[in-house]
Amino acid sequence: MIKTRTELQEYRESCLAGLNAQKCRVLICAGTGCVAGGSIDIYNRIIELCKKQGLDTQIVLEKHVDHEGIGVKKSGCHGFCEMGPLVKIEPYGYLYTKVKIEDCEEIVEKTILHAEPVERLFYKDKEGIAYEKQFDIPFYKKQSRTVLDECGQIDADSIDEYIAFGGYSAFEKALFDMSSEQICEQIEFSKLRGRGGGGFPAGVKWKQVLAQKVTPKYVVCNGDEGDPGAFMDRSIMEGNPHRMLEGMMIAGIATKASEGYIYVRDEYPLAVARLKNAISQAKALGLLGEKILGTSFSFDIHINRGAGAFVCGEGSALTASIEGKRGMPRVKRHRTVSRGLFEKPTVLNNVETYANVPFIVEKGVDWYRGIGTESSPGTKAFAITGNINNTGLIEVPMGTTLREIIFDIGGGIKGGKKFKAVQIGGPSGGCLTEEHLDMPLDFDSLSKAGAMIGSGGLVVMDEDTCMVEVARFFMNFTQNESCGKCTPCREGTKRMLEILQNIVDGKGKDGDIELLLELSETVSSNALCGLGKSAPNPVISTIKYFRDEYEAHIYDKRCPTGTCQKLKRFVIDPELCKGCSLCARNCPVGAITGQVKSPFTIDQEKCIKCGACMSGCKFKAIKEEF
Amino acid sequence: MNSNFDYTVIDRILEDIGCEQKHTIALLQAIQEHYHYLPAEIFPYLAKKIGTSEAIIYGTATFYENFSLEPKGKYVIKVCDGTACHVRRSIPVLNALRGELGLSETKCTDDELLFTVETVSCLGACGLAPAITVNGKVYPSMTPDKAKELIKTLKEEAAAE
Repeated sequence: MIKTRTELQEYRESCLAGLNAQKCRVLICAGTGCVAGGSIDIYNRIIELCKKQGLDTQIVLEKHVDHEGIGVKKSGCHGFCEMGPLVKIEPYGYLYTKVKIEDCEEIVEKTILHAEPVERLFYKDKEGIAYEKQFDIPFYKKQSRTVLDECGQIDADSIDEYIAFGGYSAFEKALFDMSSEQICEQIEFSKLRGRGGGGFPAGVKWKQVLAQKVTPKYVVCNGDEGDPGAFMDRSIMEGNPHRMLEGMMIAGIATKASEGYIYVRDEYPLAVARLKNAISQAKALGLLGEKILGTSFSFDIHINRGAGAFVCGEGSALTASIEGKRGMPRVKRHRTVSRGLFEKPTVLNNVETYANVPFIVEKGVDWYRGIGTESSPGTKAFAITGNINNTGLIEVPMGTTLREIIFDIGGGIKGGKKFKAVQIGGPSGGCLTEEHLDMPLDFDSLSKAGAMIGSGGLVVMDEDTCMVEVARFFMNFTQNESCGKCTPCREGTKRMLEILQNIVDGKGKDGDIELLLELSETVSSNALCGLGKSAPNPVISTIKYFRDEYEAHIYDKRCPTGTCQKLKRFVIDPELCKGCSLCARNCPVGAITGQVKSPFTIDQEKCIKCGACMSGCKFKAIKEEF
Repeated sequence: MNSNFDYTVIDRILEDIGCEQKHTIALLQAIQEHYHYLPAEIFPYLAKKIGTSEAIIYGTATFYENFSLEPKGKYVIKVCDGTACHVRRSIPVLNALRGELGLSETKCTDDELLFTVETVSCLGACGLAPAITVNGKVYPSMTPDKAKELIKTLKEEAAAE
């Protein structure tokens, strides 16, 4: 239990000494991606092999260490999920990709014992060039990892490592050297904007909560990262949970709040486990609890698991859910800052926002404003997924262009295909096309283009993606997740989904596009909460940029990319057909007719596009047309 | 109240978590973790303990996707149909699983209570798309063939027990 500031500083010194005693650190990625690839087995195997060599892998940082050892650690997500499982070895900076259990022996023998690289495990690019150091790889080189910096560098389960890396020193500074007003001001001047999507200035929110007279006040962290295709918050919670806790604790000092709540998606069990562990470690050290470090500040943090409702990412729905109720948004007569959780003043920010806070407190406003753009300073984490070569998690300064993200960091489109669009901001965002590739990504330029940063999911789509189907997919998602409280969202999304479904099924009618736009207008201007207001965005932006695809579906009954099954035409090539009649017998609706030993034909009116004829044909005489 | 139902499990959970309204979701989660679904008997019992109406608890339970009022299979397979998985063809994987097990959109659990197949909107494992989970374990980069193979392995595993 640490009771004073001096004791904390001494503790940090001893943790650092312990860290320095590890002459070699093996960091095995234990993010969800790499774990699925078998990284835990690799971790166990390396420990086993090190023990065989008589190496100490269990250096406890807080104790006085008198000998050298090896640090074998389960780290957070390194971000390069496409290449997992990843193993990084410090101080050499080697990054091994796609490591298998059979590789462990060589890693221990060569790298751990003799500081030599295992070259065959280095990342190789398309031209076959191997990169030995992590930060030489193009995927990392163009990034500026700040919030995610320690994800992958430290043991995600160890508060001692976090402290050794300078953790909780911003908290220390805020607690002893700054007043609540000063912290709020610093955050306000830094122009830190909410990373959850809205982009609201965090400092302004904090000041409003500080000004409230009612107590208790709450600090709530939104870890309900529901946008499909986004996983940066998960990686922070899994990879460096203390960074986020520290941010929440500073928010606690700044707003004079006494309790914190973290609302995490139930789909992130690993994040829940790591956060629970982090909280109990912080409590055991006395960084959370009553009268922290001998001051008058008391603060405790609880975890609430979500139960599978996307709408709970909306502020008032989230607080309702923490209160144990149905997660439905409310009409905001009072703002969350004055009456939020349990009707008390509440600061509500997203995971990444809190994770930025310790840096700003420690390094100052000027440092922070030096990164990114004038109106959106700092960095932003993006999850890049979809039809792209380097799927993963990245962090770049605000204002980086899409081209740099997709082509330089992401390595371009999978399979050498052509870039078509990128969906940004999930089901509430819009799509950006070729013409936006050189646009700087920040809060303001995106909203001008009709999209939003959202939480930072970037789903890249190649030329084979049908944009009408994409719009239908997102509408299906929001329609499913609509809580049903307000009519515009409940009914509007349902009708819009019906129209989109008809279009992809080949039943689109003249006037559908106009009707969709009219409904979009009604839903977005009348829905109660952000989910409904932004639900039409994917439809509006796909119509704006890909109207010709909608028209092809509606008027020509044709899907230009051949994605929509119901719009495919199966035809028999008379040259190849031997007239065996197998297809006619396979057809469930009797749409195929003909004379044995002469070419058969398919009646397009009767055909239900099931494809049974094509998969059964021995002569490959049946083809799909679109 | 059903006298055959063993309420000691529920009592233990209530003692662990607490019995105020703000604990409702955590309580339902713990009960579901134990039974793999929410038995009907718990609603009047919880309502009495929390001091609220049965309708409120039932309303909360049915609002959230993750609560099930029906028993689920031994193996709960979740097919991710988030954006990243969707564009990397998760639907053929879902169809292969359903086809192999004789399940559909409306019938998610087989009669032997061995398999439940459901979709989720995002597992956050987008780097591994298309991904599925079986009782929480992630299986990356699925294909319809890999899915069929997995069902075979799980069936053998169940038969061996």
